[in-house]
Amino acid sequence: MSEYIIKNGHVFDPVQGIKGDKKDIAIKDGKIADKVSSAAKVIDAAGKTVMAGAVEIHAHIAGPKVNLGRIYRPEDKLFSCTPTKGMERMGGGASIPTTFKTGYEYAKMGYTTAMEAAMPPLFSRHVHEEIRDTPIIDEAAFPVFGNNWFVLEYLKNQEIENTAAYCAWLLKATKGYAIKVVNPGGTEAWGWGLNCLTVNDPVPYFDITPAEIIRGLIEANEYLGLPHSMHIHPNNLGNPGCYETTLDTLKLAEGYKAKNKFGREQVLHLTHTQFHSYGGTNWGDFESKAKEVTDYVNANKNITIDTGNVTLDETTTMTADGPFEHHLTGLNHLKWANVDVELETAAGVVPYIYSPNISVCAIQWAIGLEIPLLMKDPMRCYITTDHPNAGPFTRYPRVIKWLMSAKARETQINAFKHKDKVLSQTAIGTMDREISLYELAQMTRAGPAKSLGLSGMCGGLAPGMDADVAVYNFNPEKPVANPDDIEKAFSRCAAVFKSGVQVVSNGDIVSNGNKRTLWVNVKVKDNPQVTRDIKEKFIKYYSMTQNNYEALGHHFIPNPYALEVDAT
Amino acid sequence: METVTITLKNAPALYLEADTISPDAFAGKTAAKIAELPVFEGNVPSTLGKYFEVSGDAGATAADTKIIVKGDVKKVKYIGFKMTAGELVIEKTADQYVGAWMKGGKILARGDVGAFAATAMKGGELVVEGNAGNYLGAAYRGDWRGMSGGKILVKGNAGSDIGMYMLGGEIVVNGNADVHVMTHAEGGKTIIKGNAASKLGGQMVDGTIIIFGSIEVMMPGFKPNGEVELEVDGTKAKFAHFIGDMGERHKKKKGVVVYGNLYKKI
Repeated sequence: MSEYIIKNGHVFDPVQGIKGDKKDIAIKDGKIADKVSSAAKVIDAAGKTVMAGAVEIHAHIAGPKVNLGRIYRPEDKLFSCTPTKGMERMGGGASIPTTFKTGYEYAKMGYTTAMEAAMPPLFSRHVHEEIRDTPIIDEAAFPVFGNNWFVLEYLKNQEIENTAAYCAWLLKATKGYAIKVVNPGGTEAWGWGLNCLTVNDPVPYFDITPAEIIRGLIEANEYLGLPHSMHIHPNNLGNPGCYETTLDTLKLAEGYKAKNKFGREQVLHLTHTQFHSYGGTNWGDFESKAKEVTDYVNANKNITIDTGNVTLDETTTMTADGPFEHHLTGLNHLKWANVDVELETAAGVVPYIYSPNISVCAIQWAIGLEIPLLMKDPMRCYITTDHPNAGPFTRYPRVIKWLMSAKARETQINAFKHKDKVLSQTAIGTMDREISLYELAQMTRAGPAKSLGLSGMCGGLAPGMDADVAVYNFNPEKPVANPDDIEKAFSRCAAVFKSGVQVVSNGDIVSNGNKRTLWVNVKVKDNPQVTRDIKEKFIKYYSMTQNNYEALGHHFIPNPYALEVDAT
Repeated sequence: METVTITLKNAPALYLEADTISPDAFAGKTAAKIAELPVFEGNVPSTLGKYFEVSGDAGATAADTKIIVKGDVKKVKYIGFKMTAGELVIEKTADQYVGAWMKGGKILARGDVGAFAATAMKGGELVVEGNAGNYLGAAYRGDWRGMSGGKILVKGNAGSDIGMYMLGGEIVVNGNADVHVMTHAEGGKTIIKGNAASKLGGQMVDGTIIIFGSIEVMMPGFKPNGEVELEVDGTKAKFAHFIGDMGERHKKKKGVVVYGNLYKKI
């Protein structure tokens, strides 16, 4: 394999504590190396910023609901198509790009690893086919567990060991990565025309509460010792006053400690925190509760979060929180699509326009930025847009601009139609913190990698780690004349390496790399009861046979990378 | 105003996507430069000059530019695409998307126009002396933002699904219209001087349909609301008034529910 040396760049690497020192980064055989031979190809990074490849912890980029969005929103591709160019195949779509465009856009921004945040287990084969067709970036998918009939039945009887055995089986069958929970109990309740808006609302028929599901899945997760923690989209998303449900959810993690061999410290990851930090009783007195939520997270080290920044774009919302999407279409009257996934989950899709002229949207924008600005430890708070729910992931450079420049935030605040409302309902106008490049590397590299249990592999530039490296046309020694220069620099990398292969040069794709599908292979003790339960449910309820369920083989996962866990 | 005449000399084998035939793209260019403007034949990039003889230089701005399109352009799409000002005359029948997304200026089509003419039109004027195809003044596939301004006059007949998701502006059809008129509309007005087939105003939230001739099948979601005397396009007459679509959501204005209106000449 080729050798490279990236010379004289300003390196930001939280894994080694390097804060912008001029350093050479050597790449050999796909890994970061101590040194390389004189034959190594030299990449001149003088006056540039060098970081590890970024890690996306939560995005909806593959699978049936993403594709449903693509199918029912042809207008999303209108005027956004890019023709074939060099290595690049044609692509299209703004908020729900094609698989190829998804891979290219992530790579061009310096991202080399991404997590698909909600995989319906029954459709894992489809998820993996799309992952396979997304070039360059390493990907993994989180199967959803929070409304799954097996989980609800086992946890009702407090059978943690059986829950864990079932989770292990499902992760293996679907080639999944982590335990994802979406509106626990609420999506199942919606099958009965109901929802769970607090952690104590009982799920019809199953007679279990969201609190019991959340605690049970944390326990199952730690029983197995998975690389990532239970990853939750709590109940009551997006409603005024929902922060109380969020705090109730976070409190359920009290007393639990992470148990794993991957260096992960949290037991609960709260996703798209922005959507869960709302105060007020209606859309008129809607206000930010970012402080209340981040105060709690700051004080409790066993929690990590991601932001879910609103980017003020037209986008497509999609979530396994079926009742929420139905609620949303009632608010904006735009087209609604829904899918039920037998025994397991559901999903809804609705287009949404975050308009800077609507006060609620502007307040949501502010809350999304308040959260990272209030977080004391950037290793526990990661930048996301919950793509495409709060905005497309292609807007990360803009979010970075807002975080790194108080002036850029001020410009945006002044551009809002209801500026006074934004200033009275949030604290964004009083915040002068500017995220440093080192903190940015924590929030987009080292932090999410650690939370995902991948800290030995990616998110850093220590010798022995995967050679995922991004070089930005950004000189940290020069003052920023115009905040838009930040956005420009982080939009298109000067160079990107993925596992030692150069995939981007001067903003263009030059290789499709060596994309891998990450999954977690957990060994558990033989559990005849769970094996029998699975068999029985397939015979009794599923519309497909167990033989057709599993995602495996070259067609679905041509280049797998399994993280081995022994829970026997 | 300067006039540029383009005359088809080599008919394309496949459909030609010529979204550069507009006063905006021509403005400030000489005939030679205009001939270099990009077009697609199928998926092959090409130039306008390969298919058209270009004579005359354009004005400095779109508003100062008039384009006359001569020859058989029934396999040419997107004429007048996104135009904002100036004039465009198409002498013979053109294919789909004439005047699509147009914002201003005037298009006169002396023959027929294909489907999707004036898609999501925002302003300006489109006059069709022949017939218009389906989806005249409609929203793009999947989109909920249809025609929002401007005026369309069709002297012949119009196809199906005209004014779908219409938000504003006016469509006048002197002849007949096929099924689906102003489906999902939330504003705007469509006048049909001839007859209509069926499904007028399906899922209509707001807006107005006026029909002079017969309606083959009336939507069950429309409710009789008395008779009114109206003056439409200089004609004074009595019309039966219907409101609907009753199966759709409706906004309130000053406490009063606003419905879509359908007037049928008695």
